Amino acid sequence: MTAVAPTPALASSRSGRRAASGATMLAAGEPVAWLMAAGLGLALVMISGLLALVLWNGGTTFWPGPIVELRTLDGATLLGEEFRRERYRPDETLLADQSAAVRTAAAQALSGDGWTSRSLLRTANFDVTGTHFTWISDYEIVPDSVGRPEWAIGIERLEFGRFFGFPLRGEEDRRVVAEGEAATWAWFEAHHREVRRLWEERRDLETHEVGGVNRALESERLRLRGIELREGIPAEWVVAWSDLLRTRRGGSAEEIESARTRLAEIEAAGFVPTDRFRAAAAEFEAEEATLNDRFVELTGEIARLDAAMDRFVMVLRTVDGVEKSIPLAEIVRAIPQNQLGVGGRLLVFLDRWREFLLDGPREANSEGGVFPAIFGTVAMTLIMTLAVVPFGVLAALYLREYAKGGAVISAVRIAVNNLAGVPSIVFGVFGLGFFCYVVGASIDQLLFEAKLPNPTFGKGGLLWSSLTLALLTLPVVIVATEEALAAVPRSMREGSYACGASKWQTIRRIVLPRALPGIMTGAILAMARGAGEVAPLMLVGAVKLAPELPIDGVAPFVHPERSFMHLGFHIYDLGFQSQNSEAAKPMVFTTTLLLIVLIALLNLIAIWLRSRLRRRFAGSQF
Amino acid sequence: MTDRAAPTIPAAPTTRPGPTSIDARASRNLAAIARGETVQAVVHEEVDREQVVLEVDGFSLFYGGYQALHRVSMKVPRGKITALIGPSGCGKTTLLRSVNRLNDLIDGVRVEGDMRLNGDSIYGRDVDVIELRKRMGMVFQKSNPFPMSIYENVVYALRIDGQRDRRVLDEVCERSLRAAALWDEVKDRLHESALGMSGGQQQRLCIARAVAAEPEVLLMDEPCSALDPIATQKIEELMESLVPHYSVLIVTHNMQQAARASDYTAYMVLGRLIEYGPTQSIFQNPKLPETEDYITGRFG
Ligand SMILES: Nc1ncnc2c1ncn2[C@@H]1O[C@H](COP(=O)(O)OP(=O)(O)OP(=O)(O)O)[C@@H](O)[C@H]1O
Ligand SMILES: [Mg+2]
Repeated sequence: MTAVAPTPALASSRSGRRAASGATMLAAGEPVAWLMAAGLGLALVMISGLLALVLWNGGTTFWPGPIVELRTLDGATLLGEEFRRERYRPDETLLADQSAAVRTAAAQALSGDGWTSRSLLRTANFDVTGTHFTWISDYEIVPDSVGRPEWAIGIERLEFGRFFGFPLRGEEDRRVVAEGEAATWAWFEAHHREVRRLWEERRDLETHEVGGVNRALESERLRLRGIELREGIPAEWVVAWSDLLRTRRGGSAEEIESARTRLAEIEAAGFVPTDRFRAAAAEFEAEEATLNDRFVELTGEIARLDAAMDRFVMVLRTVDGVEKSIPLAEIVRAIPQNQLGVGGRLLVFLDRWREFLLDGPREANSEGGVFPAIFGTVAMTLIMTLAVVPFGVLAALYLREYAKGGAVISAVRIAVNNLAGVPSIVFGVFGLGFFCYVVGASIDQLLFEAKLPNPTFGKGGLLWSSLTLALLTLPVVIVATEEALAAVPRSMREGSYACGASKWQTIRRIVLPRALPGIMTGAILAMARGAGEVAPLMLVGAVKLAPELPIDGVAPFVHPERSFMHLGFHIYDLGFQSQNSEAAKPMVFTTTLLLIVLIALLNLIAIWLRSRLRRRFAGSQF
Repeated sequence: MTDRAAPTIPAAPTTRPGPTSIDARASRNLAAIARGETVQAVVHEEVDREQVVLEVDGFSLFYGGYQALHRVSMKVPRGKITALIGPSGCGKTTLLRSVNRLNDLIDGVRVEGDMRLNGDSIYGRDVDVIELRKRMGMVFQKSNPFPMSIYENVVYALRIDGQRDRRVLDEVCERSLRAAALWDEVKDRLHESALGMSGGQQQRLCIARAVAAEPEVLLMDEPCSALDPIATQKIEELMESLVPHYSVLIVTHNMQQAARASDYTAYMVLGRLIEYGPTQSIFQNPKLPETEDYITGRFG
């Protein structure tokens, strides 16, 4: 018994110690520290998971995989690139439609747990088969029928998506000049570059030269219209007169005659156009004639190039034996995917990235590059930053330094903070209503009357988008700046006042430099927020496809009124508005990756700037 | 300046009546203050023989409802160092900051009475505060160099006056830094950030900045409180070299410093000036027992 007695005492003392140690653990805040670590861990997992997903999917999109050929139990032969692979559990109804052979194979394959795998095969050849993709379950494949034919060629072309097939022959002027797979491929490689050069020449002619002629014509027309408005020429006379011009160019004798009589009737009714207008009209007529000549010349040149390009046609055979002729000019890139080693694949990979970063899109954005979108995003973000930072800083300066504290200022502050919670689409609606339809329309009335009813500034555009997002990010800048201003030590201000500085001198020379790193932080946050915003842009200027960049070589070089492409909108458009959404999906990831990298890059630059400023304006005390 | 050579702080004199009785006498004034009566400051006659640079005339200051200064009157002599001493919270800083009207920046401050700088009213109706501040220099308790280069810190006052002439600026910079005994240490890094200097250097930089515009009076609020003894000694030597060219009004908590470095000492309690006279006599035979208590460490 004596041995038992101490036990309860021991136990109680131990539990007492444990309680005490628990208390100290609480006191030391250890559980809270664990909680905090867990929170951070969760955030890290989410961020790295998202990044990894985007990085993997975006990074592998451009890698050319092998092209596989296989036969199904139903007797079809398929050729394509494996796009995706997943495990699934086919249900009864799906199997019920299949042939007997497939059903038996399926029954065998599913006899285990009922799960099997399937691949999404990019069979392409949309113009021949009507589909881009085919799902193929493992049990449908004839065993050992899967191969990688050496001469399977993957072709990226201007229309209808990819093409997979085997080279059959090369034709020049409809005459066969090469036959057989190897010979045709050699012939293709010998001529493709040259033909593409012609194609690019033609494209440049079309966009630059023909575009230039059109712009010149348009500006002549606008000049005349301006004079017409100033001189008060009645519309019906102008209509009759331009009819006359038009019929003279290509109408029959009767049409010319009737146009002339109508003009004469109007003039007989009492209206005589002023001399100045007559002079301008004559000038316009002459100018239009020369421009038309130039246009005809250019059309001739384009036709010549077309003829030169169209001589070269490659005929390919699909895996089903269908022959398909593809003009060399329409082939962006042809890759013998099964012949390439790692080096060759890498070259293709890099070339696709180059195209992605530096070229414009094609095929409804699902192929080609996103250069206009990169350009638009960067331009929009920079203009937005230039607009929001001065504004926000001024507002914060007034709030913090000049305004007398009170109910009104508190209300303003609360309002500013609430602004940050307004859904961004509301800003888009506001931007559309205010910037486009009020400000823009007024500008059009004042400066671009001749172009009306076509809006210049009275529609969405780069400037209005930037300003809308500037409004959206204004609270961020104001709050950050106010905090930065408040953090400037009082002693520094007093030191400046004691030296006889005025309030403004103190703010300009002491407070602002000292607050600059904090203000930069606000600008960085605003940039990150603004660059990733999409919803309001859909209303105020981001478009699926912008024919021209907002900054280019055409005077006045900067065109803030133009609508623009934006990476964020591009992602939305690719992912949800694309007809071939399966093919566009990898591009969604790639574009997302690009947008993230771009924002990170902009931020890095700003952070670097800030750290330089910080080193200059706030060293260590003591 | 030999006459200022550190009067020793007297130990509690044994010839005087016992501690109880001293306390009783000392509390007489304090009790009067507590009753809200006005207490006339004891001003030694030597003070009146000096030329006046700054005259405080019946000056009271209210932080909202709280009165921090009670009808303080005192004449600060020209070309001398005047120390303000007194227990914490007695209003020394407040008085100092009132001289260049820095208290204007605090909401709810109200003043009565006036001050005069070389005869010009400081709190008058049409005073241009900015012009006024340009005639004074101020050194704060905690050094507050501006976030710019050493050079720009020193010539700040000139810059805001629109001085652009490089030669003038260079000359003022060198002269001020020499006056602040800093020139030799920083002459090779004038264009580096001032924030990279040591604490003592920063404080001397602030002194250089304060003297750059040739102020009529230099206000210093515990300039050595954050410094080590060596830096403190440097700054004390510096102050001595500033007179008689400059007039200095300095707040200090350090009795040794007041005794060593000042010509005149003013003792304040609870927002009132109590005793004011030559440092020598304040420290060796103060007229009021409460002054004696304070400097011997019995009170405050
Ligand atoms: N901004 C202010 N608002 C309200 N009261 C203040 C303010 N500044 C100082 N006071 C009060 O005025 C009195 C005098 O303060 P002051 O700073 O002048 O004292 P001090 O003599 O400099 O003290 P210390 O030796 O501790 O620096 C104190 O009671 C203080 O609480
Ligand atoms: Mg103080």
